[in-house]
Amino acid sequence: MSINRRAFITILGASSLYPWLDAQATEAEAAQAIKLIVGASKIRSGRVTLDIPPLVENGNSVVMKVSVESPMTPEDHVRAIHIVAEGNPLPNIVSFHMNNRAGRAVVTTRVRLSDSQRVWAIAQMSDGSFWQGYAATLVTLAACTE
Amino acid sequence: MSQTSRTLVTMPATAKKGEIVDIRIIVQHDMETGFRHTELGELIPRNIIREFICTYNGTEVFRADLHPAMGANPMIMFSTVATESGTLEFNWKGDNDYASSTSGALTVT
Repeated sequence: MSINRRAFITILGASSLYPWLDAQATEAEAAQAIKLIVGASKIRSGRVTLDIPPLVENGNSVVMKVSVESPMTPEDHVRAIHIVAEGNPLPNIVSFHMNNRAGRAVVTTRVRLSDSQRVWAIAQMSDGSFWQGYAATLVTLAACTE
Repeated sequence: MSQTSRTLVTMPATAKKGEIVDIRIIVQHDMETGFRHTELGELIPRNIIREFICTYNGTEVFRADLHPAMGANPMIMFSTVATESGTLEFNWKGDNDYASSTSGALTVT
């Protein structure tokens, strides 16, 4: 036997303590969700700023502000901003659709985070280009566990 | 059966033409994720708001697709350029035929 009694008990305890681990979206799933948004286009880093507190006490309500550098003119504006999480049960959090009539590409909202993780923001510009930014955060009390 | 709930809109009543107007909207909703269980171990079905649309004199200016990861009582702060006097309508749609609508008047000088 390659697995001894002590190791077996440890695994048993760990698996019963964290049954929700199976439900977590992984980084691969987040990457898949981003791919669905972006399609065949190339995605570049920059222009997108995601503000989340670096330390979150309660994951049930996290204030998140996303801003994109854009002149917001009819020729050059932000068409959509997608928020994707790496450690939530589902990768997608929210998508905002806008045009030059927004005036500025800044949106604030409240989200749920079920674990310490990186959150990505992907902006689609009117010229079809995609830009991304991320923020990492530490969550002490996770959402979804009770 | 359709449902509705309380919504709260914070926006200025007047604005100069071309000015960027900040809008804050909150809607009362539990946003049940569909991942929680009752004490008996039964899964609580998902019940969330899926969509938010803001129209300015009938033209869509802002839209959001919501997923279970949105916090309870969703709050969204966004902006729009004051182009003409008129009405801004805020519509929410969700699971179990949830629908709610609020409007605000904006006078542009």
